[in-house]
Amino acid sequence: MPQSLTPWFLVIQRLGIALLTLVIVSFAVFFATELLPGDVAEILLGQAATPEAVAGLREAMGLNEPALSRFVGWLFGLAGGDLGTSYVNKMEVVELISGRLGNSLKLAGVTTLVSVPVALALGIGAAMWRGSLFDRIVSVLTISVISVPEFMVATLAVLIFAVWLGWLPALSYGADVSSLSAMLKAYAMPVITLAFVVSAQMIRMTRAAVIETINTPYVEMALLKGASRKRMVLGHALPNALGPIANAVALSLSYLVGGVIIVETIFNYPGVAKLMVDAVSTRDLPLIQSCAMIFCVSYLSLITLADMIAILSNPRLRR
Amino acid sequence: MMAEATTTTAKGTPKRKGPGYRFNWVGRIGLAIILFWAIVAVVGPWLAPHPPGEIVDWDYFGPVTKDFWMGTDYLGRDIFSRILMGARYTVGIALAAVTLACTLGVILGMVAAVAGGWFDMILSRLLDAFNGIPSLLFGLVVVAAVGSSIPVLILTLTAIYMPGSYRFARALAVNVNTMDFVTVARARGESTPYLILREIFPNILGPVLADLGLRFVFIVLVLSGLSFLGLGVQPPNADWGALVRENIEGLSIGAPAVIFPSIAIASLTISVNMFIDNLPTKIRDRSE
Repeated sequence: MPQSLTPWFLVIQRLGIALLTLVIVSFAVFFATELLPGDVAEILLGQAATPEAVAGLREAMGLNEPALSRFVGWLFGLAGGDLGTSYVNKMEVVELISGRLGNSLKLAGVTTLVSVPVALALGIGAAMWRGSLFDRIVSVLTISVISVPEFMVATLAVLIFAVWLGWLPALSYGADVSSLSAMLKAYAMPVITLAFVVSAQMIRMTRAAVIETINTPYVEMALLKGASRKRMVLGHALPNALGPIANAVALSLSYLVGGVIIVETIFNYPGVAKLMVDAVSTRDLPLIQSCAMIFCVSYLSLITLADMIAILSNPRLRR
Repeated sequence: MMAEATTTTAKGTPKRKGPGYRFNWVGRIGLAIILFWAIVAVVGPWLAPHPPGEIVDWDYFGPVTKDFWMGTDYLGRDIFSRILMGARYTVGIALAAVTLACTLGVILGMVAAVAGGWFDMILSRLLDAFNGIPSLLFGLVVVAAVGSSIPVLILTLTAIYMPGSYRFARALAVNVNTMDFVTVARARGESTPYLILREIFPNILGPVLADLGLRFVFIVLVLSGLSFLGLGVQPPNADWGALVRENIEGLSIGAPAVIFPSIAIASLTISVNMFIDNLPTKIRDRSE
C-alpha cells in the first residue's frame, strides 16, 4: 500500500470501529430496556393484567419471538426510520421526536457558534501568556466549571442573570418567539449555561494543545531568533496546533450531549432530552430507546470525528 | 530510579515517607475538606440540630437564621440537617461505586496486560464500546429499565466508570509489564498472580489512586445529575443533588435552600480535584 494512503486507511478503520461500537451500544440499550424490566405486557396492562390479556398482548406485540430476532428487527426498523409506537399515547415515535429534534439541534448549534470562538480565543490567549494572571484566572475558572455539576452552572446563571441582575426570565421557556428580543431571552439562559460547560473543556484542551507545540524545538528557535511572543504563538506554533485544537473542539462538543439533558430539564426547553426524561418517568420504552439512540449516535459521531481529525491532521502519517 | 521506586513501595505505605511525599498547602486544604465530609457522612445524623425529615419551620424557603443555619426548604425542613444527612448518600454511594469500579477495572486491566492475546483484545474492544455511551444517558436508561434504588445506583455508576479505569490501568500495566524486573521475575518462573500482585500492582498504585480520585469526582457529578433529574436517590431520602431538585422552585427568589446543597457538592468535587492536582509527584508519576 502506498504511504500516502495510510491516513485514509486509518480513517476507514476508525469508521468501522465506530459502526461496530454503535451495534454494541444499540445492543446494550435494547437489552437494558427490553429484558430487564420484566414483562412489558404486564406493565402496560397494569391493573387489567389477567393471564389471558397478558398472553394476548404478548402475542400481538411479538414478545414471544426470541429476543435476538426482536433485536435484529428493532435495529433494522431504526435504520429504516421506523422507531415504533409510544406505549403511553400510542403516537408514532418519529412524530414525537421530529419536532423536538429540531429544537435540540438549534440549541446545540447556537451554543457551538457562541462557545467555539470564545473558547479558542481564551485557550490560545492563556497559552500565549502562560503563567500570567490571566492564565491563572482562566485555569481556576475552567477547573471550577468542570468540577461542578451542570445544573449548578445553570443555577448560578439563573441567580446572577435573573435574580440579582434581573435581565432575563428565571426558569420559564417562553414559547413566544415573535420578536427578536423575546427569542433572545428565551434562548439566552440555556445557551449561556451550555456554553460555559462546553467551553471550559475546550479552553483547557486548546491551551494544552498550543503549549505542547510551543514546547517544540522549532518554536523555541523562533523565539531565540527574536520573534515576538505573539508572532511565535500565532505564526509558528498555531498552524501545527490546529489539528489537536480541532480534535479538542469536537471532543468538547460531545459534552453537549450530557449537558443538554440537564439544561433542557432545568429550563423546561422542549427538546429531545426533555422528551426522554419525561419518557423515563412514564417508562415509555420505545421512546426512551429512540431518544437514547439519537444521543448515542451524536456522541459517537463527535468522538469519531475528533479521532479522524487527529489522524488526518497528523503529517507524520502522510509522509 | 525504577528499582528505587519498587523498594520504597515494597516497604509499605508510601504516604508518610521522606521529603518527596510531602503535600503542599493547597493539597492539604483539599484533604481537610475531603476528611471533613467523610466524617460528616459517618456521624452526620448525630450532629444535625433538627431531625432532617421533620418540618420545623412554618415558613417555606426560609432565610438563614440563628435556628436554621442554612435556611429551610420548600416544606420548612432544616437545610443544614438535610445536608449533613445527604452527605451520607452522596459520599457513600460515590465511594462504594468508585471502589467497585476501580477494583474491577484495575484487576481486569492488569490481567489483560499480562495475559495479552485474544483475552486482552476482546475485553478492550468490548469495554471501549461502553465509552461510546454518554454517562448520564447510561444512567437514565438503566433507571428507566429497573427503577432507582441505592444498589442499582451503585452498580450503574460502577458499570459506567469501570471501562475507563480498566483502560487506564491496562495502559500503565502494559508499560510496566515490559520492564526488566518483570521479565526477570517471569524468567524466575513466578506465577501470573505473583507477577500481577507483587511486580506490577505496586508500580501502578500511585497513578491508579490519583485516577480513583478523579473518577470519584465524575461519579459524584453523575450521581448528583441523576438525582437532580429525579432518578437518583428517592424521597424521603435525599442526597445533595436531590436537595437541589426539591428546592429548585426557590431559585427564582434566591432561596438559600437551593444554594447551600450546590455549594456542598462543589466543595467536595473541587477539593478532590485540588487534592489530586497537588499530590506529591512521587505518588502521581510513579509510572514515568
